[in-house]
Amino acid sequence: MAPAIEVRELVKRYRKGTVNAVDGVSFDVEEGQFFALLGPNGAGKTTTISILTTTLGLTSGTVKIAGHDVVREASAVRREVGIIFQNPSLDMNLNGEENIRFHAVLYRLYPYRPMFRLMPAAYRRQVRELADVVGLGAEVFKPVRRLSGGMRRKLEIIRGLMHHPKVLFLDEPTSGLDTASRRNLWQYISELRKQRDITICLTTHQLAEAEDADRVCIIDHGHVVAMGAPSEVKSELVREKLHIDAADRSALRRRLQKLKVPFSEDGHFVIHLDGRSAYEVVHSIEQPLTMLRTESATLEDAYLRLLAREDA
Amino acid sequence: MPELNAIAAIAGRDLLKFFRDPGRLIAAVVFPFLMIFLLGGTLQLNLGRSAGFNFIGFTFTGFLGMTLFQSTAQGLSSLMEDRLNDFAQEVFVSPVSRYSIVFGKIVGETLVAIMQVIPFVLFALVLRVPLTPTHIALLVPVALLSCFMGGAFGLLLLNTMSDTRAANQIFNFVFLPQYFLAGLISPINVLPWYLAVLSFLSPMRYVIDLARGVVYAGTPEFGRVVLLSPATNVAVLGTMFVVFMVAGTALFVRRETSR
Repeated sequence: MAPAIEVRELVKRYRKGTVNAVDGVSFDVEEGQFFALLGPNGAGKTTTISILTTTLGLTSGTVKIAGHDVVREASAVRREVGIIFQNPSLDMNLNGEENIRFHAVLYRLYPYRPMFRLMPAAYRRQVRELADVVGLGAEVFKPVRRLSGGMRRKLEIIRGLMHHPKVLFLDEPTSGLDTASRRNLWQYISELRKQRDITICLTTHQLAEAEDADRVCIIDHGHVVAMGAPSEVKSELVREKLHIDAADRSALRRRLQKLKVPFSEDGHFVIHLDGRSAYEVVHSIEQPLTMLRTESATLEDAYLRLLAREDA
Repeated sequence: MPELNAIAAIAGRDLLKFFRDPGRLIAAVVFPFLMIFLLGGTLQLNLGRSAGFNFIGFTFTGFLGMTLFQSTAQGLSSLMEDRLNDFAQEVFVSPVSRYSIVFGKIVGETLVAIMQVIPFVLFALVLRVPLTPTHIALLVPVALLSCFMGGAFGLLLLNTMSDTRAANQIFNFVFLPQYFLAGLISPINVLPWYLAVLSFLSPMRYVIDLARGVVYAGTPEFGRVVLLSPATNVAVLGTMFVVFMVAGTALFVRRETSR
């Protein structure tokens, strides 16, 4: 089966640019995967997403979405993707439902009618159901300018899902949202993944949001600098540590030396696990411990370390 | 059929925005009153007798053509506003042809322009401009052609603009001279050769002359007011429309994807 997203040696140089904004990026995303594209500002994330969603032409390379080439079959690609843009793309002059109706007609789901009550019953039912699912309810009929930032994001998600896309692109979907709205939105996206076999491609600055991804791809200066499952990226870049201490430090030091476990001392003992399990190390120490703490790497740790390494 | 629905949705959005904009609605009523009643009335009192034709009718046809042409042309600049406020992304990521997007926009702005000239026609009737039901029926296709011409012209101009400030400057620069070169409120039967050349290049000239050709058809003033036969004006406008539309759409599509 063809991957949901297939990117080969993608290059993009803007007309007035002196360097490539995206420079030989390649990756695959399998159907149903949650894929996160990470990188600092100006890394080339939004440029990549824009090419993948056909709103920007590429300089060289090939990109296929659900088996369709983004250059030769742009219209087919557009039918297969949904996108939540980095900047809200709602028409503030319309109400929520009118924005959805506009989208539904553009995606050939329903014929255009100038009023909600004249739209087909199936459309009216779908809008009400989706509005209830995301907790918008009757607010969907309010002018967009009167909705909160969180409500607007939800509205964009409803809109993006109306045509049942195979691939949903989320370009910094939680930017500008407060903590509660952010959590609420991710709960909804998580539910969505359980209900539908949808491929999600996320770009975000909030690295905690990418912890649940099946695969992450970190790009910097237009290049892929790391790719894999979050656990792989973390283990490759950040070593897990075990912090321990004992009343008889000399005995503990001798024991660690005998076990040939690499450690450092910083008021207590810091053991670099390097693939060993914390349980295995603790189990082999016979002294009673007065302190025991594991330090796991976050994706953010790995990300920052990687970018620092790239800059160096 | 799906493309027609998309065109209708894009056009319907423009019309909805017009009806929700109190400023534009008020202007649509006040502007004809100022132009026909005050300006046309003043010109008629001072120049009507020496000119030998009714200046209120002359002013009415001038502003009718100008409003249809200019309103549609300027309305196209909302494509740029959409780009600036990110709504354009939603439209351009959809599976609708770029040509349908542009055409839907022109249809929408045409409907808005026609809504704006309805008060014009009502004022003209109140001021006894000799408009028969036949005139009004004939003005409908004239209005559509004038708006389509304005839309194609606006699309071509749109490709030269980067923001709304530049748009305002370019529109002023392009439209203001045409008021005089197209004979909006003053006859242009006699012009020095260099202005005559510029006048022939002005699309607004043919729009206004076509409206006058319809309203003054069969009247003794026809020869003094109308410059070219309606058939010639239609042929020129049709040719300009095709050229502007093809060039404007090609440039617009290229600009959207080849950044």
